[in-house]
Amino acid sequence: MKNDNDETNKTGKTKHACCQAKDTGQSAPPAESETKNLADSSPKTAEHHLIVDGASCASCVTKIEKALRILKGVHSAEMNFAQRTVMVVGNVPDSTLISAIEIAGYNAKIDTSESEKQALDEKDEADAQYYKKLIRDMSIALLLGVPLMIYGLTIGEMTVNTNIERLGWFAVGLATLGVMIFSGKHFYIGAWNSFKNHSANMDTLIALGTGTAWLYSMVVVAVPELLPEMARHVYFEATAMIIGLINLGVALEVKARGKTSEAIKRLIGLQSKTARVIRDGKDIDIPFENVLLNDLVRVRPGEKISVDGMVTEGHTAVVESMLTGEPMPVEKTEGDKVVAGTINKSGSIVFKATRVGKDTALAQIINMVKRAQNSKPPIGRLADIIAAYFVPVIMIIAVLSALAWLNFGPAPSIAFAIVSATTVLIIACPCALGLATPMSVMVGVGKAAEAGVLIRNGEALQTASKITTMILDKTGTITEGAPKVTDVLLANKLTQEEVLMLAASIEAGSEHPLAMAIVESAKEQGIEPQKVTGFASIAGQGVAAALDNSALLFGNEKLMTERGINIAAFLDKAQAFAEEAKTPMYFAVNGELAAVIAVADPIKSDSINAIKRLQNNGIRIVMLTGDNRLTAKAIAEKVGISEYVAEVMPEDKAKKVAELQKEGEIVGMTGDGINDAPALAHANVGFAIGTGTDVAIESADITLMRGSLHGLADAIAISQATLTNIKQNLFGAFIYNIAGVPIAAGVLYPFFGVLLSPVIAGAAMAFSSLTVVTNANRLRFFKAKEH
Amino acid sequence: MLWINLAGVGLIVLIVWWFWIYKSPSIALQEGVIEVIVKDGVYQPSKIKIRANEATTITFNRVDPSPCSETLLIPDLEINATLTLNKKVSVEIPASLPGRYPFHCQMKMYAGELVVE
Repeated sequence: MKNDNDETNKTGKTKHACCQAKDTGQSAPPAESETKNLADSSPKTAEHHLIVDGASCASCVTKIEKALRILKGVHSAEMNFAQRTVMVVGNVPDSTLISAIEIAGYNAKIDTSESEKQALDEKDEADAQYYKKLIRDMSIALLLGVPLMIYGLTIGEMTVNTNIERLGWFAVGLATLGVMIFSGKHFYIGAWNSFKNHSANMDTLIALGTGTAWLYSMVVVAVPELLPEMARHVYFEATAMIIGLINLGVALEVKARGKTSEAIKRLIGLQSKTARVIRDGKDIDIPFENVLLNDLVRVRPGEKISVDGMVTEGHTAVVESMLTGEPMPVEKTEGDKVVAGTINKSGSIVFKATRVGKDTALAQIINMVKRAQNSKPPIGRLADIIAAYFVPVIMIIAVLSALAWLNFGPAPSIAFAIVSATTVLIIACPCALGLATPMSVMVGVGKAAEAGVLIRNGEALQTASKITTMILDKTGTITEGAPKVTDVLLANKLTQEEVLMLAASIEAGSEHPLAMAIVESAKEQGIEPQKVTGFASIAGQGVAAALDNSALLFGNEKLMTERGINIAAFLDKAQAFAEEAKTPMYFAVNGELAAVIAVADPIKSDSINAIKRLQNNGIRIVMLTGDNRLTAKAIAEKVGISEYVAEVMPEDKAKKVAELQKEGEIVGMTGDGINDAPALAHANVGFAIGTGTDVAIESADITLMRGSLHGLADAIAISQATLTNIKQNLFGAFIYNIAGVPIAAGVLYPFFGVLLSPVIAGAAMAFSSLTVVTNANRLRFFKAKEH
Repeated sequence: MLWINLAGVGLIVLIVWWFWIYKSPSIALQEGVIEVIVKDGVYQPSKIKIRANEATTITFNRVDPSPCSETLLIPDLEINATLTLNKKVSVEIPASLPGRYPFHCQMKMYAGELVVE
């Protein structure tokens, strides 16, 4: 069995297939301490999933299962012969299981494939439990913090002057310690672990802030005589409130984060659970994972297509909008491709599975979106650099602030020093800074996927938002890419049938869309092409070949002129064709012009609108085509493009990209991803435009799943919206910290007599990262305007 | 007051030294299965030494429920991976040139370093 993960789990960025990350599907040892509640739900004995190589018959199954079952610690071993996988339940290391299978005469490795759905369900479950835990922690902390705060604000002074007060506050201090241990333990453990590693994080700040407030308060309670009377204030309410509020903030963040991955959940949800395969003449329902290559799969109206394949029987319309964004159902008949995740609308079909498991287009799309969601655009780099130094810098600021209050502050300076240091530590929020970019990328990339736009990574996303010039290839991008013969002008004694037969014969070897139009036209008239000899393709000009001693030449004016064919009498007519946006081609037999054939490629119905959208967005549009100047001009005028370059050889497209880049333009290039590959690679952002799900999704920075140029306009609009969102987030996070930290340190005190309370700092901090996630979530409601 | 100020300055020096200047003693080259546990706000171990020009697999075992720990990034090697809670996730490190390659979560709150020698 092929190891699909080589493809599906590649990680990293652009076209760099260097590494993989895969889930081994193994249950890890449960966590101790605070994650215990989660661990309790994990199995006592682990499930091991292995892929076996070399098992060719049913008897191998028994042999392998037996080899595993005799191992000590193995509870059960079951092999799925169709998938060549084994599931072992027991407490045995993977290496032992693999050795046992190898001794039995087969090869085995850990099965890294886990159903996306399963992983997602587990993640949702874990998030839900974590949320519950955080809410419980928060409730307990606030149960102490809120009454204390109300007491402080309304009834009494939180000071220690009498022995009764000492005793009372001592009890409160112990209760606060209980809250710190029960609800805030993870902060202190995390801070200590980080500290040991010479690093500091969010936990460090929270632990230091709350720890300082509590310790100071306990000193006040234990030895009040050490401090001036005015400074005998306790801050237990601050400690409890901060712990409660931060837990609440994290809990709400967990919820909000769940929404950011809605797009990927939707994609994963597209996968049907079962497939009806025809085996031994019978229809049987099996899990979609068990469908093998070349299996015949039956799909009834209204059912989902489970794997990729080619229709072998029947006729239907398939809704592909969930993958391509194309709202119209696509007609499918024998020989057409169908893809997993789409819905069979009308007829019943049978198709042959051509791509299964992690090879399906849907699986690849899910993988690409996941990878892109985790990647960072360059705009996030500054925040990354800052995040690395942030916490120690805040600690230094807290120390400096305390020193400043001690040296220059009014009495009781020690209390002011403690409050300001605690507030500085608590208000600073590296999380908001760190979350600003990835959260927006996550939502933006997902949103794009919903519109049938696959963005390779954060860098492509960012560059796409800055594009100033967009190059559009004509054939297949602006036009349908399915040209049709419109006119055949005979030039000598050959009949139309003869001309079409010969022309179709020579063009049958060419893959050019115009050539295919000739072949199609001949076939429509019942004319079968003959086999030619000596076929030669002359780049940018046409083709030459021989058939029954006749020398055939098919191509443009340049080819005819170079080969000395007299076409003078037909130049005017050819020009007239071109002015009607038709492409005239010359066909010569034995050195004599036989016909002028005009082919027209209809403009896609929505190209004009989509191009207008791009132009309204301030983007300069340039059309490139290998077609002749007059045809190019006619098409360009029809779609409202004023700049075009005609008669461009494929290799010159990349040169044109470079030329525009030299002018200082940020160039996007849109093409079919195959013929335009060099130009796509040269452009700042390459857009591969597909026709449905057939498109090669690995070929460009951004892949447009549907053929419409609206996909391109959507891609740019979404990337711009995402970048705006990132900028808002970064601005907000920077301003929050830049303004919050000095205010917490007390810069406003000399002017307005204001010093922030640590509780307000805790609330601000808890909600700053929530604000970032919520703002990123706003992108989910982004709607690209089609007109 | 002088002593308090001196203690404060000392504390700042200590912070600078502990978090930025201090270089941890050299760690032993790790062979065989390398497992990193993501727990309680840190990667354990956070420093991993591997051989240069040899592909290596590191298994990340995330038991920390904090959503921050979910994403692992090794930017210099263009690796990103999603660490599923309570699952072992293998991350394949390609044969790399000698050097130091930091790895971290999206917010750099969990941080570690891959030392390739």
